[in-house]
Amino acid sequence: MRSKAPSPVIRSQRSMYMQSKTLTGAEAILEATDLVMEEDEKVIVIGEGVPDPKGIFGTTLGLQEKYGANRVFDMPVSENGVTGICIGASLKGWRPIMTHQRVDFALYALEQIINNAAKWHFMFSSQQTVPIVVRMVIGRGWGQGAQHSQNLQALFAHIPGLKVVMPAFPADAKGLLMASIKDNNPVIFIEHRWIHNIKGEVKPGSFAVPLGKARVVQRGRDVTIVANSYMTVEALRAAKLLGKHGIRVELIDLRTIKPLDTETIIKSVAKTGRLLAVDSGWITGGIAGEVVAMITTRIFDKLKAAPTRIALRDIPTPSSPGLTKGFYNTYRDIVESVFELVGRDVGELKKVWQAEDRENKVPHDVPDKSFTGPF
Amino acid sequence: MTPLKQKILGDSVRVLNKTNLALYRQVLRIRLVEERIAELYSEQEMRCPVHLCIGQEAVAAGVCMALKRDDAVMSGHRAHGHYLAKGGDLKRMMAEIYGRETGCSKGRGGSMHLIDLSVNFLGSTPIVASIIPVATGVAWAAKMDGIDTATVVFMGEGASEEGVWHESLNFASVHKLPIIYVCENNLYSVYTPLKDRQPDRPVTDLAKAHGLRIFSGDGNDVLAVNDMARRAREHTAAGYGPVFMELATYRWREHCGPNYDNDIGYRTEQEFQQWKKRDPLLHIENIVSGEGAKSEMLKEIKNEITEEIDEAIDFAKQSPLASNTVAEIDVYAK
Repeated sequence: MRSKAPSPVIRSQRSMYMQSKTLTGAEAILEATDLVMEEDEKVIVIGEGVPDPKGIFGTTLGLQEKYGANRVFDMPVSENGVTGICIGASLKGWRPIMTHQRVDFALYALEQIINNAAKWHFMFSSQQTVPIVVRMVIGRGWGQGAQHSQNLQALFAHIPGLKVVMPAFPADAKGLLMASIKDNNPVIFIEHRWIHNIKGEVKPGSFAVPLGKARVVQRGRDVTIVANSYMTVEALRAAKLLGKHGIRVELIDLRTIKPLDTETIIKSVAKTGRLLAVDSGWITGGIAGEVVAMITTRIFDKLKAAPTRIALRDIPTPSSPGLTKGFYNTYRDIVESVFELVGRDVGELKKVWQAEDRENKVPHDVPDKSFTGPF
Repeated sequence: MTPLKQKILGDSVRVLNKTNLALYRQVLRIRLVEERIAELYSEQEMRCPVHLCIGQEAVAAGVCMALKRDDAVMSGHRAHGHYLAKGGDLKRMMAEIYGRETGCSKGRGGSMHLIDLSVNFLGSTPIVASIIPVATGVAWAAKMDGIDTATVVFMGEGASEEGVWHESLNFASVHKLPIIYVCENNLYSVYTPLKDRQPDRPVTDLAKAHGLRIFSGDGNDVLAVNDMARRAREHTAAGYGPVFMELATYRWREHCGPNYDNDIGYRTEQEFQQWKKRDPLLHIENIVSGEGAKSEMLKEIKNEITEEIDEAIDFAKQSPLASNTVAEIDVYAK
């Protein structure tokens, strides 16, 4: 339902999409938003900095030029108020996408998200729905510290009535966002800052990746790794390395952490008998613990070893690279955990890490060498 | 017509004003419903908190009578009067309070979660000020849709202490939204008096600072409220931006529950008696009597309402208790 000619910015990007199927995560998110806005004129976008020159890490660039100031809004610095305002608009048939550049900013809006968005459909006996998407960015590294990179997905997953989506790869980022916008429930769409620059093959045009369905990224018989968002990337790297050591990993990318795709996880762990759950959030009350608990209570008899989990220790995120080294979990922690799970000697890996350290010059606090800050 | 005018013009021009009679009826109806809830509460069959609006009925009646059917209304924890005045179904409200399947929220909400979409009462929620941005969003939607309606959200003066109230007024003002924030200033937030919570300046100053058109007046004078609300609606529906109305009133009973609580120490019996002299029901009753409504007529109105309440209580009590199994509960929308 295109009312205006596309802006040059979008058009050039669009033609780029059609020629090349390789997109970054950020471009995939922009394309998903653009396509849904074209299809449904009730979709609106609002957030601090949405129409500004940086366009939320490039994910909203050109949208206001294309769809106008009546559908793409900047906002007062009122996270809670505007969340409630989006809820109200959604009750009358609009489908707002609200964006936060940091999950930490969205904490102001917990009251509206938890009390109203999550509950409205239930507490008024299904008479109304709240079809809003709240995009939040989590992250790691670059000294963002205690209030600019918290991984708080478990907080949202705890709330009945919310759906919580966490893509890893560009194709999923696009398909999951399109599905989230079309979903009739409030969806918390959590983007790890380090997935924005990942490149991947993405189909052109509209498609939806169903919410609540995990994806088996790699098949294997020895151990199941359950990960989400950026930790899937670390886990994939670990799985490849483990393959070289004769350990065949089945890697599951949750994609949606609420509702959890228990069926896919159970099927896999029933086969491998070993589970490592990986999450970028904190360990206490976290997603990894939830996966371990679910498996332990459901198929204890199928387990060959005690399930294990990797998550952040319960300390706030520090800033200095001197302090963050060793704070975040990497593929190496995953590899070592899997070695322990299958009863192999972790000492074998010492030489591997030493050899890698000689070659690998990417600092630990950036996703890749191209990242030079400032945020 | 004011009593003063009647005095000047004399008995010859007394005409029974239909609007005034309807306002009387609504104030009385809300009073009788609330009193019945208070009376029956000790039976322990209404198993949810109730926040009665006895003493504050004129705000609900006066404001809602100034609205059109398509205008949306939302409210907070003390919402029975607002729901009823907007035309919400009494039977379904009582059934909700009784936790029945036939309740307006099928027993999932209770007294604090009233809704009747057929009359555009879009919902009430009890977290102070939490409904205010939602109502602001409803007004935003109406503006984006180009629909000529106004949205009204009822609030207590305590809500003006919440950040989200300021955020909502700011947004409404920037976007010139068709919304009326109706503040019932009853001087207490639960047991805490206004003077311990805000400095000595009118609450309307806050709204004025956000660029809203402001009105303030006696919330126990239903005619004054109604007149003010008509002007407020006209202003905001014409696209001139949001309005804030502050109405002085007083909660007669305890914050939550059926009882009087002047004896527990946070306010005085004397203060209550002073406000009781300004009874909103007595006020409008005197006016319609002055306009010629005979006592038999008023008695007849009261009987009709009593009968309506009897029926609603019977309906609620005879309805099945809400009993969805966990598997049947639809947490997510399809």
